[in-house]
Amino acid sequence: MSPSPYAVEAHGLVKKFGDNTAVDGVDLTIPRGGIYGVLGPNGAGKTTTIRMLATLLRPDAGEALVLGHDVYSEPKVIREQIALTGQFASLDEDLTGIENLILLGRLLGFNKQAARSRGLDLLEAFGLSEAADRQVKKYSGGMRRRLDIAGSLIVTPELMFLDEPTTGIDPRSRNQVWDIIRTLVAGGTTILLTTQYLEEADQLADRIAVIDHGRVIAEGTPGQLKSQVGAGALKVRVVDPVQREEAAAVLERTVGGVVVREKDSAALSARLGEDASASPSLAALEEAGIAVETFSFGQPSLDEVFLALTGKPTEAEDNNDANNDGRSTAAAAAGSGGAA
Amino acid sequence: MSRETETTAVRQEHGDLPASGADVEHSGGPRQGTAGYAPAVETSTEAGRIRSVLLPAEQRPTPSGALSGSITFGWRAMLKIKHIPMQLFDVTIFPIMMTVMFTLIFGGAMGAVVSGSGETGGAAISEYVQFFIPGIFVQTLIMITMYTGLTLNKDISKGIFDRFRSLPTWRPAQLVGALLGDQVRYTLAGTIILTVGFIVGFRPDGGVAGVLAGFALLLVFSFCLSWVWTMVSLLMPTEEAVMGVSMTLIFPLTFASNIFVPTATMPSWLQPVVDANPVSVLVTAVRELMDGTYDAASLGLVALYCGFLVVVFAPISMYLYNRKS
Repeated sequence: MSPSPYAVEAHGLVKKFGDNTAVDGVDLTIPRGGIYGVLGPNGAGKTTTIRMLATLLRPDAGEALVLGHDVYSEPKVIREQIALTGQFASLDEDLTGIENLILLGRLLGFNKQAARSRGLDLLEAFGLSEAADRQVKKYSGGMRRRLDIAGSLIVTPELMFLDEPTTGIDPRSRNQVWDIIRTLVAGGTTILLTTQYLEEADQLADRIAVIDHGRVIAEGTPGQLKSQVGAGALKVRVVDPVQREEAAAVLERTVGGVVVREKDSAALSARLGEDASASPSLAALEEAGIAVETFSFGQPSLDEVFLALTGKPTEAEDNNDANNDGRSTAAAAAGSGGAA
Repeated sequence: MSRETETTAVRQEHGDLPASGADVEHSGGPRQGTAGYAPAVETSTEAGRIRSVLLPAEQRPTPSGALSGSITFGWRAMLKIKHIPMQLFDVTIFPIMMTVMFTLIFGGAMGAVVSGSGETGGAAISEYVQFFIPGIFVQTLIMITMYTGLTLNKDISKGIFDRFRSLPTWRPAQLVGALLGDQVRYTLAGTIILTVGFIVGFRPDGGVAGVLAGFALLLVFSFCLSWVWTMVSLLMPTEEAVMGVSMTLIFPLTFASNIFVPTATMPSWLQPVVDANPVSVLVTAVRELMDGTYDAASLGLVALYCGFLVVVFAPISMYLYNRKS
């Protein structure tokens, strides 16, 4: 067992592809145990960083110890203790589920019989027994992901790299994958996870590094990152849009700050100071006879953190206006619950 | 994606407020605090099942070595054939077509030249068949070796390539294994050509032993040549590019050779070039073996070419494989 308390210690990692500097001096210190999230938009250098740490790519500059071993001189020792689940399912699509696991099992040193029984056990645990003899190309996105992760658990890795584990799968499968990841961590594996989804990093990670243009631009717990942008946000949606201005006036008084008129003609939002409480605002609105559909108060989302750190919105927000709609609907549900 | 955001938004918006009915929307999964991770609760039996199936570190086997790793990758190639039998189309139909076409259509005219008698027709075809079958046998297999590169290039473009390279195995195993698996395809294609050859009247003097010896030599050469395609597949960005480069190399190699016509019929300045072509050297050796003559010089020359191909292209391929981004 390596005495190193760190799963990853990387300093000044650089990787260039031609003129494009994909990773431009990344420093990462990741303790053993728990989940470490690397968050960033497409093309930020997340995958390249992971591939260097997983000994698939040689860095152009910098140092990196993975589980206490040098990526340049001891790649094989590192490979014995890591597992990689790539961004695109790291499976042979032409083979069946069980054949994929037997293949990996045999490469990892099991004989054919042991590899098979190991594979069957894993398929059962991941709820894929029925699909064992089906070609992977006929699997759904969620099934592929689960098989992919099962393939990383034929032997239990010390450190598992998960490159965008929930990209492109449905919400239900995503929740399953999250549960699996939490289970693995409880079993002692360290997880290094990349994601474009702020929610995902927030849900899962103990610590987060935010990467943009090949550099780490922020690092800390989700809470620390959020506190960089202020204490919290109050969101209000009135029943009748006509009453919005009236409500805005009430809020300006109670909050004592700027009230933002959202695109949604019935919605308002306001930043709260460090120790501010939301309840006076709610009481004041009721007193003024304004019917409130939504009233919610929470920490700023990581989207807001990202915006504050990089000065530009994340890709996910850019591409998908539906996101915002979804958000306000959900906020309505949460807010009315909270107000009740 | 919007629904996905929605469920999480519930939790985020919720902040530190007490739990409420809104949480019902959070489909499955243990509830947790906003900041950081809370240990998984046994809400689903799946978590328990997964935990129970994790292998304790001390039960970890020693990773496969060079031989078992290569054999495992060879096994994968066999599985691929089982699941996509269509990929055998090129190794079955193509040789049959080539053999039948060249003997029936060109055979009469070619036979007149090869035999030197000037006579065309049935006798000439029979004459040409004896000359041509060992040649087309070599050509078809050489063309099929190209698919090794195509298959590898396809693998590289998928995530599985990263997975293989992240395993603590002997790294060349993926390449060696693929080449070993391809030997089965080569053998199949070779058997088909020879069968068609026998049907159209190929009767080599070397008998079964001679034919098998020629076959074995060709398989060895194909294995060695495959390293060239392996390199090409690692250099080229797409399958189409691999195909393009491979074709550009294979056409002059096989046509500027003694496969279809004797070198003596070509312009004198071209003859030394064609004679030096490794394919000509190979075809000569295979013809000799099938004719029952064993010429040490021809075999030695083939061995030299084989050695050259492996010594040069296998290390280049491995270098590229290790550095592939």
